[in-house]
Amino acid sequence: MAAKDYIRERFFPHLWCPGCGHGTVLNALLRAVESLGIGKNEIVMVSGIGCSSRISGYLDFHTLHTLHGRALAFATGVKLSRPELNLIVPMGDGDALAIGGNHFIHAARRNIDITALVLNNRIYGMTGGQYSPLSGAGVLATTAPYRNIDRSFDVIKIAEAAGATFVARSTTYHARELAKIIKQAIEHKGFSLVEVMSQCPTYFGRKNQQGGALEMLQLFKEQTASIGSKAMQEHPEIIGRGVFVNKKAPEYCQEYEAIVARATSA
Amino acid sequence: MAGVNKTVAGVNKFVQGNEACVEGALYAGLTFFAGYPITPSSEIAELLSVRLPKNRCCFIQMEDEIASICAIIGASLAGNKVMTATSGPGFSLMQEGLGYGIMAEVPCVIVNVMRGGPSTGLPTGPSQGDVNQARWGTHGDHAIVALTASNHQDIFHITVEAFNIAETYRTPVVLLFDEVLGHMRERIVVPKPGELPLVDRLKTEVKQGVDYHPYLPREDGRLPMSDFGGVHRYNVTGLFHDMWGFPTNSPQVVHGLLRHLTDKIENNINAITHYKEHCLDDAEVVMISYGSSARSALHVVANRRSRGERIGLLELQTLWPFPAELVREKCAQAKRVVVVEMNMGQILGAVKQAVAKPDRVTLANRIDGQFITPTDIRNILRLIQGRGV
Ligand SMILES: Cc1ncc(C[n+]2csc(CCOP(=O)(O)OP(=O)(O)O)c2C)c(N)n1
Ligand code: SF4
Repeated sequence: MAAKDYIRERFFPHLWCPGCGHGTVLNALLRAVESLGIGKNEIVMVSGIGCSSRISGYLDFHTLHTLHGRALAFATGVKLSRPELNLIVPMGDGDALAIGGNHFIHAARRNIDITALVLNNRIYGMTGGQYSPLSGAGVLATTAPYRNIDRSFDVIKIAEAAGATFVARSTTYHARELAKIIKQAIEHKGFSLVEVMSQCPTYFGRKNQQGGALEMLQLFKEQTASIGSKAMQEHPEIIGRGVFVNKKAPEYCQEYEAIVARATSA
Repeated sequence: MAGVNKTVAGVNKFVQGNEACVEGALYAGLTFFAGYPITPSSEIAELLSVRLPKNRCCFIQMEDEIASICAIIGASLAGNKVMTATSGPGFSLMQEGLGYGIMAEVPCVIVNVMRGGPSTGLPTGPSQGDVNQARWGTHGDHAIVALTASNHQDIFHITVEAFNIAETYRTPVVLLFDEVLGHMRERIVVPKPGELPLVDRLKTEVKQGVDYHPYLPREDGRLPMSDFGGVHRYNVTGLFHDMWGFPTNSPQVVHGLLRHLTDKIENNINAITHYKEHCLDDAEVVMISYGSSARSALHVVANRRSRGERIGLLELQTLWPFPAELVREKCAQAKRVVVVEMNMGQILGAVKQAVAKPDRVTLANRIDGQFITPTDIRNILRLIQGRGV
């Protein structure tokens, strides 16, 4: 199936701003799904609320557009009901780690087989550029006119500590790498988390004098390097890209089968 | 993981109200439960954690009540009959999800075993203080179905009915019980399979490859569903949406959907209304009550009737949509209407609106975390009648 067959064409052009990174993520996701050859009926995409969550509307899967922060909780209900389905959950950084932080860590802890994508633009895009838990100190936002004092989360470390068994990061500059990583994440059996550094030129870029989309993409290139690379060893402040965690552990739905076995044999 | 329920039929059981609810839910075909522990509802989760896996069905304890209602909505879309159970604080957390269920038309049952509030309130004391929250707790114009019962056999039946209504109208249904009902023990008989009518998920007959409209009501008003993961792919959202489930802000579609969401409940009020009446035919004093309070009211009726007083009871099992016409009719001949409830008059307001002579309506209540007894009601009746305590 070609990538365009996965799209609901009647909803294009999309509603994202020119230069927004979220469209690149959608493209990478489509390439990943296409290369895996998964049928459209076998994918359920669950999203929350935010610019990033609008991805679900454009894709011809079973799509569930839910509440701000709660996508993983809805997805848990679907997955446990139908473990054979592929659950993909795109979330914004506020969606996943502010209002949805609790669901995020608990879905990771259960190691339920869901592919979570955090589209990290370090800002609340949909509501007009307020700071998020991933903005970081020093950032300017519509609610941080004197610069933000909140420190930011490290999504990778949280996901790993919470129990995710596949944890990776890439950026919208590295679209090919991103597609490959998303593919691995979907294939992975267990909770997988991919953080995608994505640009919001409209709010983050403009507020923080980072220029337009091209300049922001250039920054993703300069500020990141593959983990284990020489560049990373020499410059510890550089943000790592690649797969941080990839391990096997009991998956929740399979473990539930074990409960059923114990209950029915008792 | 939909499985087949094996409820033990014909069994005469001495159970808590919470267990009667569990038995009713299993009889109705519950296949998925998600919840978070809270007194006085926790027994429902505990019992289902034993029973559901035996039926090859799902039980999951979520990280909070927000997650619980979201998980059951997801599971319902995947084809399950679903339920969650909680009490006041958890019910507050569920309100946004409840609204989602209403908007996205997802069948689900939410049990609230009420305790004293506001806030953490009285975890182990009974109350009926969440009646209006069940009506208007989630934001925006909407209709809601909320049911209750006053004894354990009725809890069983009304729980089955909650699932039937949820499936028939594709809507969340709230079950309002309280601490007294939840924890006291009474005998129930579980009916044989087939004895009570069950409404199963209405599934679309539209074939694969043919355009399926998840939000286009049939002529009879019902909306056949297609399980997530099945042959029809569509969108579900909490935004106003068209017949395919895609977001829209077309004023015409928004208007039409809001009307549909309220009309499908309000226009079927007769089918949704359940009540019991005791000695109303010649009653000069009509008591209106529900849930555990109705037990004491019924006691008073029996006691006073034996002395020749013309007193009766209208016991409401459907609280929302409020059966205003029924109440008006049953109170038409009454010299006095006394609403008995454990709150500051939450159904009282609805009764006053319904009857022709609201000044004849009085409240008999108790709000101190103690069960309202027949003596409490008798004392209030004497005061109303000018006879002193
Ligand atoms: C309960 C609730 N609170 C607040 C909002 C308003 N809201 C919508 S999207 C959003 C944040 C969006 O930011 P993010 O999740 O980072 O995604 P982005 O738009 O940047 O992709 C907020 C606060 C809401 N919809 N629901
Ligand atoms: S506001 Fe930002 S995140 Fe939202 S669409 Fe525009 S660029 Fe993208």
